[in-house]
Amino acid sequence: MDELDWLEAQSIYILREAYSRIGEPVLLWSLGKDSNVMIWLAKKAFLGNIPFPVMHLDTGLEFPEVYAFRDRYATDWNLNLISDPCPPIEETDPTLPPASRLSARKTLGLKQALARYGFSGVIAGIRRDEQATRGKERVFSPRAEDGQWDFRDQPAEFWDQFTAEYPAGVHVRIHPLLHWTEIDIWRYIARERIPVVPLYFARDGMRYRSLGEIGITFPIESQAKDIPAIIRELESTREPERAGRAMDHESEDAFERLRVAGYM
Amino acid sequence: MAHDVIPLVRAPHGRAMPIVIVGHVDHGKSTLVGRLLHDTNSLSDAKVAQLRAMSAKRGLDVEWSFLLDALQVERDQGITVDATQVWFQTLRRRYVIIDAPGHREFLRNTLTGAASADAAILVVDAKIGVSEQTRRHAYLLNLIGLKQVIVAINKMDLVGGDRDRFDDVASEVGEYLAGIGVRPLASIPVSAKHGDNIATASASMPWYRGPSLVEALDAHEPLPPPAQGPLRLPVQDVYRLGDRRAIVGRIESGRLSVGDELRFAPHGATARVASIEAWGRAERQVSAEAGESVAITLDEELFVERGHVASNLDGRPLETSVVIAKVIWLDRQPLVAGRRLSLRLNTARHDVTVDAIERVIDVDTLTDAAADRVDQNGVALLRLRSKRPMLVDSFASSPRTGRGALVDGYRVVGGCIVEQTLVDSVDNTAERRLTSDVRGANGGDSSPVIWLTGLSGAGKSTLATALQRRFTARGLRSHVLDGDELRRGLSSDLDFSTQARSENVRRVAEVSHLFAEAGMTVIVALISPSAADRAHARKIVGGGFREVYVRADLETCRSRDPKGLYARAKAGEVRQFTGISAPYEIPTAPDLVLDTTGASVERSVGALEQFVDTNFGTGRAAKALNPEPEAGRLAKRAAAMLRSSESHARSIAKAVSWRATGSLDTFVVALLITGNTRLAGGVAATELLTKIGLYYLHERVWALLPWGRRRTVELQGR
Repeated sequence: MDELDWLEAQSIYILREAYSRIGEPVLLWSLGKDSNVMIWLAKKAFLGNIPFPVMHLDTGLEFPEVYAFRDRYATDWNLNLISDPCPPIEETDPTLPPASRLSARKTLGLKQALARYGFSGVIAGIRRDEQATRGKERVFSPRAEDGQWDFRDQPAEFWDQFTAEYPAGVHVRIHPLLHWTEIDIWRYIARERIPVVPLYFARDGMRYRSLGEIGITFPIESQAKDIPAIIRELESTREPERAGRAMDHESEDAFERLRVAGYM
Repeated sequence: MAHDVIPLVRAPHGRAMPIVIVGHVDHGKSTLVGRLLHDTNSLSDAKVAQLRAMSAKRGLDVEWSFLLDALQVERDQGITVDATQVWFQTLRRRYVIIDAPGHREFLRNTLTGAASADAAILVVDAKIGVSEQTRRHAYLLNLIGLKQVIVAINKMDLVGGDRDRFDDVASEVGEYLAGIGVRPLASIPVSAKHGDNIATASASMPWYRGPSLVEALDAHEPLPPPAQGPLRLPVQDVYRLGDRRAIVGRIESGRLSVGDELRFAPHGATARVASIEAWGRAERQVSAEAGESVAITLDEELFVERGHVASNLDGRPLETSVVIAKVIWLDRQPLVAGRRLSLRLNTARHDVTVDAIERVIDVDTLTDAAADRVDQNGVALLRLRSKRPMLVDSFASSPRTGRGALVDGYRVVGGCIVEQTLVDSVDNTAERRLTSDVRGANGGDSSPVIWLTGLSGAGKSTLATALQRRFTARGLRSHVLDGDELRRGLSSDLDFSTQARSENVRRVAEVSHLFAEAGMTVIVALISPSAADRAHARKIVGGGFREVYVRADLETCRSRDPKGLYARAKAGEVRQFTGISAPYEIPTAPDLVLDTTGASVERSVGALEQFVDTNFGTGRAAKALNPEPEAGRLAKRAAAMLRSSESHARSIAKAVSWRATGSLDTFVVALLITGNTRLAGGVAATELLTKIGLYYLHERVWALLPWGRRRTVELQGR
């Protein structure tokens, strides 16, 4: 087994644990590279057919290419897609910086969806290497009734003995990609030929390295027009992955506050 | 001090080796991590700038620990709250550092981090020397089986790079490690703050000739999952793929190939691997090894569910209800004997009682003593007893399957490794082993008691024995309590008066209860005509009781009448005969009604089996992932037809004799037409061979079609 085989096997194990032990899971599909890999892994875990719904938290502000991608692959991959609009910005915490407020809409949208559909588990494609607070995450991470993440009191988690049972009102976030890195993701996309939104590839010397909504996501300078070029670029870059995400940089703890409140 | 920084090369491809950094709080773990990242050129410029800004804001020099202490509270208080992971790479390979907090109350986070590492760096302050948590963490590493340990004697700058001080501390650590059976890979004098001996050799300690920290790490290999050991495939789930069932799970050790015969514990049934299923793979997979998450199908339908373990026929896990486990107790509330907990072993979950606290281990002095409680973060040997047998390996023989977690309600309260597996002669009988599994599926309080009630001749005993046969074939043990048999023994003193019948029902219910208590699935075949008696039986048996009304019209029962009872009753020879001269109270709310009037035994017992499976999870319906393809089902039925019934030899003999006659005709006709003996012989021989084959198949199919054949299975009433 090489590195990618090992990562794949571990993620499949986590997805199967989630399905076996969580009553009503839902898989979050942000349409970015990571969640596409996650869909792919779920298809592998469940032998071609994902047995639970896939949810897109739609702020209405995605790039047109992203919507086109969603509509095509929801059909091609035979996904049971839920896509409800997120609540308006007025409903978010006004003390948050502007870009963070936009992201907070997703947190609210998620809470509403959890209540509406009764999901008890949310499978999300975050990775430890993306952002420092994500590095502190558990694979099965409980969220209190208000969606809050209590990083001071996380369950012990070792030897893949995840904690999936919680009192009513608590939902679990499941993170099957926690142990992957950005470069692993691209190597896997290349190996498996997983489709991605074309915005990741350079056009006019610019490309998106991390994909979010219009207005809070910005492209980076790049000549990488295909996956091998992206991998080469990542092998020598000095820039962090989320440099183009405004909400991470508004204040020292902006992202931490978002995550504690329930953001992915 | 100037330092060479390893040139930026991003070539190594391969599994990132997970390493954990442990040690006493404030001995410099986080700083060491920051330094490792910096000196291997693994930090982005933006990250360094961010770090400088965060440090300056707090009036500090570059504070490397902020890299890992990502949370506001951690930076403000200068402590690490939870484990985190960061990546770096050397010329040799990629690493992922799991930084575990040293603070005492966060030991569970340390354990969480350390459990997934292949190697550890134990950080010790050169000035302070070995502290309580140095020992505790080292002990913990050993407990969880981490043997690749590098000792970093840190803050050498604070002792002026003094060689004697280093030797003292190094030997102190070495002695402790030797006491727990660990030989460190290296002991290195470092200064995380200044980068001495981290990535490159230090000029400030010329007396040290050993490897730098990075060199020491590079000299060792990540540990692959044990592909060479005995096969262990703990079952995670069962999925339905059309009419096939795929057993999914991760191979913890060993390997398997298509065609291998596997044994499934606890019931011990065996079957061969028919296929390894995968989506999105170009070529068909024929074998898999430790570390892989697989989905396999078997050549025979077996009852398999989460918690079962597949192994080879030899070298299988032990089944026992008592284990001695070494436990690290993480809960604030002390552990006392008698405490009930859940033990998670692989994919199984067992209700266990702490039978006894055998010894509590003092990790400072490495002595052990008897004690009546284990405090938070304490280590102890416990005797754990489970209600039903557990499938265990000792940690020494199979580390990945010989370890588990202790759970109290919603919380993981401890980690444990199986020190000793004990054979418990009382609880480990085959009977108990097999059916107690059913009982667990039923909520843990009682095994099923399937109470078949109905008229004499309705088919109760026939169904009971047929169901038992099916269970046995699936590796499930059950016991039949038949009215006739009981009348000959247990109730031989009773007549058929209403009162005596009540007493009979009561006795059968009590006996069923005892069997169920012992973990047996009980199938009762008893007329039990009184609704009140049956209600009483339900009360005696408890939660596992299911009333099944086996119905057949009186005419059918009479026509079956295998013992001639109906005839005798009609003649007045048998008094108080249910349905003739005594009432039968039809159940008003049975759990299941089976009408055997026109149905074959096969169909009825099929329905009954399904009922038990659904009610007690014995065959827990596999989760359907794909709709069942019609063609596959038909092919399977045809294959089944070719398998059974008439002896193969007989079919062959019939086919040969019939065809030989036919081919003789062909030969004669061909000879007449061609006049060529050889040609005619060839024609006849070809025909003979092809038709024998066809006829044989034809015979086999006919042998299975019931049409026009006399029913051979008789319903035997009581």
